[in-house]
Amino acid sequence: MTFGRVGEERIVALLWGVLFTAILGGLIVFGSRTLAHFDAALVGYTFATLFATFAITYRYSMWLQRPPTRTYWVRGWQLFFSRKYLARNIRNWFAWVISDFAMNRFIFRRDRKRGLAHALIMWGCILAFAITFPLVFGWIHFETVPGDLTTYRTYVFGFGTSSFPIHSMAAFLIFHGLVWSAFLVIGGVMLAMRRRMRDHGAAAVQRFGEDILPLVLLFAISVTGLLLTASNTWMKGYGYDFLALLHAVTVIFTLLWLPFGKFFHIFQRPAQLGVSFYKDVGALEGMARCRRCDTEYAPLIQINDLIDVERKLGYRYETDAPEIEHYQRICPACRRSMLALAQGDLWQATTQTTART
Amino acid sequence: MSVPAQFEFFVDPNRCIGCQSCVAACSECDTHKGHSMIHLQYVQRPISVQTVPVVCMHCDSPTCAEVCPADAIKRTDDGVVQTARKPRCIACNNCVLACPFGVPKMEVEYSLMMKCDMCYDRTSVGSKPMCASVCPSGALYYGTRDEIERARPRSEPVNKFRFGNQIITTKVNMMVPRDSTMQHIDGQHIDVTAAMHEEPVNPSGMLENVFDEIG
Repeated sequence: MTFGRVGEERIVALLWGVLFTAILGGLIVFGSRTLAHFDAALVGYTFATLFATFAITYRYSMWLQRPPTRTYWVRGWQLFFSRKYLARNIRNWFAWVISDFAMNRFIFRRDRKRGLAHALIMWGCILAFAITFPLVFGWIHFETVPGDLTTYRTYVFGFGTSSFPIHSMAAFLIFHGLVWSAFLVIGGVMLAMRRRMRDHGAAAVQRFGEDILPLVLLFAISVTGLLLTASNTWMKGYGYDFLALLHAVTVIFTLLWLPFGKFFHIFQRPAQLGVSFYKDVGALEGMARCRRCDTEYAPLIQINDLIDVERKLGYRYETDAPEIEHYQRICPACRRSMLALAQGDLWQATTQTTART
Repeated sequence: MSVPAQFEFFVDPNRCIGCQSCVAACSECDTHKGHSMIHLQYVQRPISVQTVPVVCMHCDSPTCAEVCPADAIKRTDDGVVQTARKPRCIACNNCVLACPFGVPKMEVEYSLMMKCDMCYDRTSVGSKPMCASVCPSGALYYGTRDEIERARPRSEPVNKFRFGNQIITTKVNMMVPRDSTMQHIDGQHIDVTAAMHEEPVNPSGMLENVFDEIG
């Protein structure tokens, strides 16, 4: 029985999805001490997360099986672990993670407000995820210290760790962690939405599902989350059950949407690191020279890989002229010139024909 | 919003006078404010003043999009190949190196590929792209096929190009002599690879064609 290439890719992706979902399921059971610390009220969140894990892994696997992505994935790891450059790569890894991921420098350079919006949303979400997931999975829970009702102890994977007074500033900051994250996210969403409403360029190419819906979802999660705190703190729990349900719906919808829309870039973006190693080490290994103007224009390894990828994709840029061999061996500047020369030559020949007749 | 089907883009490098108007106008476009996406290329500067304005040709099967590992380049239903989606582009440079026309630009500072999107903010609402609206010599023209055929009776638009053994069909047209039987045209394909060893020659002769057409 044969499935075809696409069929095989789907089966591979399906298996990876099942494997990662099973691992997370196992960790939930293990980390909550066979569900002893699992909060049954949060079961909806858990199943939404399990589904998201499956779908994200499935899509990631399908993505990795595309010829260009596959090439970069393999090459990125090969070059990272190459003995000759390992020390340099590790040094660069820290520099790039801090610069590109923690500080979002390249986004700030694109536009300061855009960078600020992204940084607020990113850090708000990271904080919220870091708090929510361990709680939902039962990996972290709090208990009062025996004999002392004013002190809480944090349990991680069932193991007791640090303790803190219930009425301390630390407790206030910890138990309102989701409030702080909501403020960060709302600030970022407002900035991002303002840009999308006022920027003509953004308006021309944006799509609701891809660009607007994620902002709406993040806003809905943050506001409903804040309303829960407001109800609990100042309104004696008024409407709490309804708000809890509403909040759960927004969170679960977002979790289910994670693999499909713009949020998937969270999982794609780390590929930028691999690409950085590829370009950095590739340039050190030798540059390709243009077959027409003899100038260096790209790492040779990238040109060779690109030729391989194009063949896999069915492109036939090979030429019969041995001095060119493949159109990728011509630099982009020469390609532009050749386009003009080819067209100019047609007109030139017309002039000559006209002159002869 | 999408680009109306009756409007087409026509490029005639033969008419380019290297005035840089398109370059300046391009940077006014809202989708890439402050960044010109046109390459105004000197064909061979040491021996000639010939220039060529290179805009995205918007291929039917865009190599840039196919080789993108991040799936960041999308072609909309109206045939416009959009610039890289900002959240996805990982700045690998594959698109820049793969494009047979040499169009995409890598903005290293932004870790982002940017390219001509035919001024999508304008063309998607029925306006002309910035470059075509300012080009004084008609090297870049945006309008209907009837208009261009009336205005340039000695020319005809071609949208197929040969690079090696690969033929690429584009949304943007290039103007060539009508009924051309010359060496670089193979049926309806312009054979770009055949210009490998060409050099700019007799610019005055080429201009005569333009003047003839203008009448």
